[in-house]
Amino acid sequence: MNSIMNSPVAKFALYATILALGILLPMWFPNYTGQMTVMWMMVVFALTWDILGGQMGYNSLGNIFFFGAGMYATGMVQVGMFYDLAEYNSAAGGGIFNFTFSQYFTGMAAGFVVAAIVCVILAVILGRLVFGLRGPYFAIGTLAIATVVGELVSTWELVGGGQGMSMPNYPGDLGEAKFVFYSMMFVLAICTFAFLRWLYGSRFGLAINAIRDDEEKAEGMGIHTLRYKTVAWSIAAFFLGIAGAIYGNFNNFFEPIDVAFPTTTFGIFMVLMVLLGGKGTLWGPVIGAILFHVIKEVTWTYLLNLQWVALGLLIVVTVVYFQEGIMGWIMRKKPTWFGIRVEGEKQRLGDMR
Amino acid sequence: MFHYRTFMKAVAVTSALVASSVAANAADTILLGSAISLTGKYATAGNHAKVGYDFAVKKINAAGGVKIGGKSYMLEVKYYDDESTPARGGQLAERLINQDGVQYMLGPYSSGLTKAIAPVTEKYKIPMVEAEGASRSLFNKGYKYLFAVLSTSEQYLASAVALAADVAKANGKKPGDVKVALAFENDPFSLDVRAGVIDDIKKHGLKIVIDDKLPRNLTDMTATMTKIKALKPDVFIVSGHSKGAGTATRQIAEMKLSIPMVAMTHCESANLVGKYKETAEGMLCATQWAETLTYKDPMFGTAAEFNAEIKKTVPEYANKSVPYQLAQAAAAVYVFKDAFERSGSLDKDKLRDALSATNMKTFYGDIKFSAAGNNTAKPMVLRQIQNGKYNVVAPTAFASHKLDWPRK
Amino acid sequence: MWDNLQIMFSIPVLTLGMIIDGLLIGGIFALIAYGLALVWGVMNVKNLAQGDFVILGAYVTWWLYGYGINPIFGIPVAFAALWGLGWIIYKLVICRVIEHDLFTSLLATFGIAIVMQQTMKIVFGADEQTIALNLESFGFFDNLLTIQPTRLIAFISAIVLAVAVISFMKRSRMGQAIRATAQNPRAARVMGIDTEKVYSFTFSLNAAICGAAGGLISMIWEFQPFIGLIYSIRAFVIVTAAGLGNLAAVIAAGLGMGVVEQTGAFVFGTEYQQAIVVGLLVVVLLVKLVLSSRRRQVVE
Repeated sequence: MNSIMNSPVAKFALYATILALGILLPMWFPNYTGQMTVMWMMVVFALTWDILGGQMGYNSLGNIFFFGAGMYATGMVQVGMFYDLAEYNSAAGGGIFNFTFSQYFTGMAAGFVVAAIVCVILAVILGRLVFGLRGPYFAIGTLAIATVVGELVSTWELVGGGQGMSMPNYPGDLGEAKFVFYSMMFVLAICTFAFLRWLYGSRFGLAINAIRDDEEKAEGMGIHTLRYKTVAWSIAAFFLGIAGAIYGNFNNFFEPIDVAFPTTTFGIFMVLMVLLGGKGTLWGPVIGAILFHVIKEVTWTYLLNLQWVALGLLIVVTVVYFQEGIMGWIMRKKPTWFGIRVEGEKQRLGDMR
Repeated sequence: MFHYRTFMKAVAVTSALVASSVAANAADTILLGSAISLTGKYATAGNHAKVGYDFAVKKINAAGGVKIGGKSYMLEVKYYDDESTPARGGQLAERLINQDGVQYMLGPYSSGLTKAIAPVTEKYKIPMVEAEGASRSLFNKGYKYLFAVLSTSEQYLASAVALAADVAKANGKKPGDVKVALAFENDPFSLDVRAGVIDDIKKHGLKIVIDDKLPRNLTDMTATMTKIKALKPDVFIVSGHSKGAGTATRQIAEMKLSIPMVAMTHCESANLVGKYKETAEGMLCATQWAETLTYKDPMFGTAAEFNAEIKKTVPEYANKSVPYQLAQAAAAVYVFKDAFERSGSLDKDKLRDALSATNMKTFYGDIKFSAAGNNTAKPMVLRQIQNGKYNVVAPTAFASHKLDWPRK
Repeated sequence: MWDNLQIMFSIPVLTLGMIIDGLLIGGIFALIAYGLALVWGVMNVKNLAQGDFVILGAYVTWWLYGYGINPIFGIPVAFAALWGLGWIIYKLVICRVIEHDLFTSLLATFGIAIVMQQTMKIVFGADEQTIALNLESFGFFDNLLTIQPTRLIAFISAIVLAVAVISFMKRSRMGQAIRATAQNPRAARVMGIDTEKVYSFTFSLNAAICGAAGGLISMIWEFQPFIGLIYSIRAFVIVTAAGLGNLAAVIAAGLGMGVVEQTGAFVFGTEYQQAIVVGLLVVVLLVKLVLSSRRRQVVE
């Protein structure tokens, strides 16, 4: 069993299996494509939350802000490139707006790019403001920002205010649209994972871990902490913004409080998924997100009326009794699986507690 | 502890459940699907709709079900909880269609949810008869499989504006001197009602002096009421689902405002008379349906009989008035039955054509769909709370009582 | 916006009315915030279920009112019932959270909040409820200024309760033990104080205070199972602004919150009411940040 996770063959096999499953599953179960799209989005949520929450020790409750910002940015670009936004979103209903194939996809491509850029810029600006806050104040402050932005957007008539915005309809065969959005979300999840895998192995990963372990000392060692924190947040914002842009198109309709800036659903779910899977690990968020999503979908189907009670209990139990998460638990039980990194992992787990 | 065996058992049970829920469709039943708000901010109204669906299904099944080609089919509804959020609605519709094999849909509650679900049903060419999504913007998208039994939202308070203009003329006032205060919740439904009201105000030439929007988690309207104290409008129009109606009624009395005319939506579902007694006197309430109207059909009887039967069979309505949300939900199921029998087949495209040719009289009112899918045969009525009763006062063709003006 | 400001200055009685109203409802906010400050300060638990305790208290009072029991008697029952629930929740969950990092309590209490909301929905239904006493308001200046008796009662009750809790904290053995634990739990334990008992007492007391506040709210507003969050948010804003352990500041901030909310909604429009409340939190945090960094520079 020694270090199976570390042998290159096993690793290659693992990645190949996941890739193959990602491609084959929607073909085998085309009826579940929508749910699987959301599942990959959950993976992106968990992975990006863990950059700050797990690796850097900054527990944000407001990351969902970038999800909504990306959604609105792409919506404004996709519509605004071809029609008058105010007329498109007017409460009286406007007319019928058609988008041709090329309009739709050029709009979407431009929208995604803008969404990503806007979110990174917002992360840099907001980072200046919030990174001085410590501990619970950081969590509350970020939560407050996401909430207040949701409220403000719902008074902004140009983007439909509280009415929300219907996105352009997919121009081609409507059955294929779901595969298009599935592929986008899947590719995004893979890219996020691959990027973070590289990032955590680099000097940057060590630096943000140092911030988590002791920010003052890290500062003393000459790490420019604010710069690292801002870059880490921008990375999370970049991927979340694109996730929001895809989701806005996938869902076809969004409005500010429940869909774009849902602080009390997706915003909290991303934290829970990471805790469930194991904070501060690369695989933990992925496992947590997939497990959480499956549990949620099953309870939503078979426990009608009680599903939220079940979810609440799951939250309490995870948080109170299962802090180490699945990856933490496996690491504690089977340290040899992680081969030569066993000392380091043990050390890190010890620090977390 | 995590046991592989128990996990596999759980998987097996889960898949068995999935299989059985699909199999349930195979017998002589017609499975309708609906994502409805059982939790979240629309849970109250969502429950009204669900009761309406269930009541109609029970009633139709008891009367022998749906007869297609000499064979009887029982109706059954598969529900999911959309949590009152459009983020879930679309996905659940997709799940109903793909995983539960639903071929015919009943609508969700609220315009926002219907907006999220309509593109999905359209995509799969699934006929949807909805009863709770009134936004006009649903019917200018060219949807072919969407049918709504209710009147669209711009009509909700149109008769209130017309009434205000009439009263002004009768009292020798120019419409331009009539000051109107508006307070609408910042959500798709209320904003759509507001757009209709503003169009009507322009048409009649009234003057808007206050135009406030209410937050979704509304608790207190003191700020709006204070503006009313300062500017003394002649008409106050409120729409914010049931909490808006309740809060406005309460605070108008508490702040001792004297407004000659107050019109609102959702009086019945807010249970204004039961909660606020005399305080609620004189409020004008827009309604899709009233139990005092003279509509009737062979299935449910007259509107009054429908009302009485709900009160008898569903204990929760014994002491409060039956909201129109419930009646129109029942009507939607009835429309399905009628269309199935006329099309004589379970084929959903034939059913769609039959639906679009619908022309029927029901306890809920006449139902005839325009090309866009909205019901154009049934008017909205305006009722006033008089001595604890809801009496129809406008439009004139349906009025059973005279308008009390000014209020108090 | 300018029109609204103009009204405020041209008819000062209206402005006065809003300020009085803001102070009255601010009293209730201060009560809820005081409970939060207590658990936060003593046991370092940030209770996101605060608002849901409030709503449960409102439901208890409303339910009793349905049996003809006047809220004046219903509120003590709500106080007692929530005390019991607080104790149960402490024993089941909170006692395991105290030792963990700061973030854990936020998430755990969020989970509790969800369970409570759903249970209330199942038990009481999702309808908006309220206790409408339909009392005649006092009108002054040709009804330009109105004072609502229910709000006045609520305000007075809130003050009475606050005074009672404060004198309890000052005078009684338990109150002293609580304050000692807040200052230094380890030292308190060395001195023979059963901190476990102090914690369970504090958390139960907070739940009970929320329950009573909920009873007051049931008389002045409509409530439904999912509205608790807005009261939690207000409590967090007030406590963050006032700081822990400073009771006078908590009360002042609570009253101020009420005034800002009412006048802010008047000037900017009611749709900004929530945004003002939460925006205030952001502003308070940032101002504190700037102040503390300035202080740090001075020390350096």
